[in-house]
Amino acid sequence: MTLIQLTPFDLSLASILVVALALLSHRLSLGIEGRLLIAALRTIVQLSLLGVVLKVLFIQSHPLLISALAIFMLLVAGYEVMARQQRHFLGIWGMGVGTLSMFISSFTVTILALTAIIQAHPWYSVQYLIPLLGMMLGNTMSGIAIALDNLTHNAWQQRQNIEARLILGHSWDAAIRDIRRTALRSGLIPIINAMAAAGVVSLPGMMTGQILAGAPPMEASKYQILIMMLIAAGTGFGATAAVWIGSKRLFDEREHLRLDRLSQPKS
Amino acid sequence: MGALSLKQFQSPLLAPFDLELPAGECTILSGPSGSGKTRLLRALADLEPSQGEAWLDEREKQTFTGPEWRQRIGLLLAESGWWSERVGDHFKHLDEALLARLDLPIESADWEINRLSSGERQRLALLRLLSNRPEVLLLDEPTANLDARNITRVEELIESWRNQHQVAVLWVTHDLQQQQRVGRHRWRIDSGRLNLDSAVDR
Repeated sequence: MTLIQLTPFDLSLASILVVALALLSHRLSLGIEGRLLIAALRTIVQLSLLGVVLKVLFIQSHPLLISALAIFMLLVAGYEVMARQQRHFLGIWGMGVGTLSMFISSFTVTILALTAIIQAHPWYSVQYLIPLLGMMLGNTMSGIAIALDNLTHNAWQQRQNIEARLILGHSWDAAIRDIRRTALRSGLIPIINAMAAAGVVSLPGMMTGQILAGAPPMEASKYQILIMMLIAAGTGFGATAAVWIGSKRLFDEREHLRLDRLSQPKS
Repeated sequence: MGALSLKQFQSPLLAPFDLELPAGECTILSGPSGSGKTRLLRALADLEPSQGEAWLDEREKQTFTGPEWRQRIGLLLAESGWWSERVGDHFKHLDEALLARLDLPIESADWEINRLSSGERQRLALLRLLSNRPEVLLLDEPTANLDARNITRVEELIESWRNQHQVAVLWVTHDLQQQQRVGRHRWRIDSGRLNLDSAVDR
């Protein structure tokens, strides 16, 4: 089996559907046609650029270039985590909490998978590293963004309850414990649902891609299982790190609740 | 036993001041709304950052951790926070005799927080604080939501507790009669300054 190549004409046909949806949105005054078109345009530009960059990296696979791309992806993911929060931390911590947690989880899990499980040669081979890291970052990003948003939102909403515990001499850790648990759970539910529905309701993206590219279905399944496990672990550890760092940052050294370290919500 | 003394203490909205809260005595704090009374209490309990020295008997605040200090400096806010569903979950132990003194049955341990009246909340919040054995009591309008009989009960409980455990009490109230009933020393916040209300100090 060989891959059927897509022409620009094929992509235009698909894009016309999105344009049609934008027109419908306009007719029904949903007001999302602008955002829809910009997002679609971003998809086209970003993925085309990535294709070009990967093409270059396949020929010129210098470790420095690969690290540069990996770090760029991490920073964009870190920014996305911050942008998705109603109240993010101010200063360096705004991007720092998410970026650090994703670095800890996504990078280590990806490197572990490449060196110990897939064992590509060299282990940083672009063909494996970038797709794997991309999927890890994309999923841990969602989990961490949801968990952090839940943490800061609930800390704000329940400040009276947190302070009631502080007043009685409870530690910061005890005062935020319930909120932290809820936040972590909310960050993990999407990946748990995805794992439960995989193969029955949804055909995951990576497996679809491999089958389209002509890989034997059983091989595609095995890769998908591997990816699901890695994503679950990465999201779990990443969200745990983010919620822990975030909850600690909500208190200062005398364990005052410091909601002034959060930004005002976006209107 | 607990006396609280403040030296050049600075809380939000107020100029630095010295203040002594003697052990076993009740001090009244009054002042217009928005003058910073609650912020002062919160700063004294180390619930928010402050500057200056605060001594509990012979020990300065910085020698305690935040939680250690707050456990000793009991703060009762006008609006109490409850983090769990049932009343009993918020107490290390519920003393039946103390409950009875505020006209609450022992079954109140099983009550749901959402179904409490504001008066019940206020009385239970006081008991929760006392069961924590603080050495100083900072009370922000502790009888604001209570009827006359319960006001008397709360005042009597605090007085006997103060005498028995020799705790210092700082009591914020607008009620002039209550000020005269419970207070020995009276301080007032006027335009950003804490002043001894010497005219009525007895």
